[in-house]
Amino acid sequence: MINLSIRELNQLLAKKQISTAELSSVYLDRCRQFNPSLNALLHINNDINPEDLLTANQIDGLLSGIPIIHKDLFSTQGVTTTAGSKMLADYAPPFDATVVSRLSQAGMMSLGKANMDEFAMGSSNEYSYFGAVKNPWDLKRVPGGSSGGSAAAVAARLTPVATASDTGGSIRQPAAFCGITGIKPSYGRVSRYGMIAFASSLDQGGVMAVSADDCGLVLEAMMGHDDKDSTSIKTEAWQWQAPQQPSMKGLKVGVIPGWVEQLKDDDIKRSTEQALKTLTEQGAELIEVDLPHADLAVAAYYILAPAEASANLARFDGVRFGHQTSQQCDNINAMYRKTRSEGFGDEVQRRIMLGTWALSSGYYDDYYCKAQRIRRLISEDFKQAFSQVDVMAVPVSPEVAFKQGDKSDGVNMYQADQFTIPASLAGLPCLSMPVQPAKGLPVGLQLIGPYFDEQVILSTAAQFQMVTDFHKQMPEAFV
Amino acid sequence: MSINRKELTEMAQLAQLDLNAEQSRLIGQSLNQITDMVERIKKADTAQVEPMFHPCQFWMPLRDDGVTEDSHKEQLLALAKQSDDNFYLVPKVIE
Repeated sequence: MINLSIRELNQLLAKKQISTAELSSVYLDRCRQFNPSLNALLHINNDINPEDLLTANQIDGLLSGIPIIHKDLFSTQGVTTTAGSKMLADYAPPFDATVVSRLSQAGMMSLGKANMDEFAMGSSNEYSYFGAVKNPWDLKRVPGGSSGGSAAAVAARLTPVATASDTGGSIRQPAAFCGITGIKPSYGRVSRYGMIAFASSLDQGGVMAVSADDCGLVLEAMMGHDDKDSTSIKTEAWQWQAPQQPSMKGLKVGVIPGWVEQLKDDDIKRSTEQALKTLTEQGAELIEVDLPHADLAVAAYYILAPAEASANLARFDGVRFGHQTSQQCDNINAMYRKTRSEGFGDEVQRRIMLGTWALSSGYYDDYYCKAQRIRRLISEDFKQAFSQVDVMAVPVSPEVAFKQGDKSDGVNMYQADQFTIPASLAGLPCLSMPVQPAKGLPVGLQLIGPYFDEQVILSTAAQFQMVTDFHKQMPEAFV
Repeated sequence: MSINRKELTEMAQLAQLDLNAEQSRLIGQSLNQITDMVERIKKADTAQVEPMFHPCQFWMPLRDDGVTEDSHKEQLLALAKQSDDNFYLVPKVIE
């Protein structure tokens, strides 16, 4: 059962071959059995709320009764929402994030909350206050980050679907490291209301699941304009149209030869080239494109994202919610400082300091504004590329999942985001799908689409998955 | 580009962080690594390029200017570590 798609699970439920309660129990049992070795979940709903079961049974839809796990930065009413931080270790929001409420209204059953890098800052999930998440393919390795808990949970089939968020690669890189499919929609496609902010002009909620079809079904239910988020765009209703056959005839796929050449790992290079060959075998035409300013993306991102983070995280002051120092303080500033230094981990403090520096007098024009201009150049590069192609196919990560502790200095991790950050800066939809593994570990291929065209990347991935089975493979220890 | 100890102390004050000596040393070290990395953006010619503060390519919608929610005072105050009589309690603000 754990290898069934959402459509197949829906059929079982519709034919009453299994009940919603039984389906939830199957996955909850797996959560309880396997989470101690993975640390992927920070909260497990030990008892499914009977009202939720009733609601799910009354809803006639493909997602009704399907289990889901939410990344722990999506606010869940009355359920602790930590963002992986000591700062919010006992924070139970009085409201649901729009993503959570929409999926609940669609009848999805929340099984729990997924571990993550603190405030979504990290690429290895080693920066959670609640301990590192392990990669189900090799427990000595990282699952990627920051949505590593969501990725590990789907890879080990603790849930068929998980929500996640992506600022500079936090859905795509862990999806690649864990051998699952993960989509970051266009900026503005999914409401950020109730999603704890890291960098507001980059953060976007998305989905992780086994297949592109599953991702499409869940994305359809969670997206759309929300009056509570002025950056969620009003557009016509979008419906996921799953392709019926794998032919990609007429599809123009942009490739960047230089990016593939940069892959120092020959196995990852081979996997990437083989995946591109599969696209051509289905009729797609590969066209070389260039993003001439993309080599500046990492540098621009590590100015912009920390700058926005330093402003967003100013709200954590110990007064209204979250951690407050227990030390005696003579004045309010001392209380703020002690609270924040106790509540934030080292990586978060480092990024707050970096953002404060980038926004401080004397550096604002030279760094912050300069980085915003480079962002424009990268966005224009993409527009130029998409005047020639329908979709782009590029690597996700230059490496497979690395061993825990191998990159103890966070700065060493930053450069590995080189293939995911450009699309983030431009706000484009992008996904990672599993391709031929390398050295027994998963590898992902990234598909990037034009702004607000999630269909093209989901369709291409779904067609790829009709003729391959990499997305169906799962780690033996969790079968 | 190098961030010195004085700048680091000023930044920590602005960011409302209370860094000990070891944290200061480590953060200073990594900030200098990062600033070296980001230096390269200075070389790009952006003289005629407008900054892109936001990736939204459509107009952002506005909602009607009206009251949409009731008061949630009690729920919100319950999240605070210290409150009293509808107020948040904090240490002395005015010396």
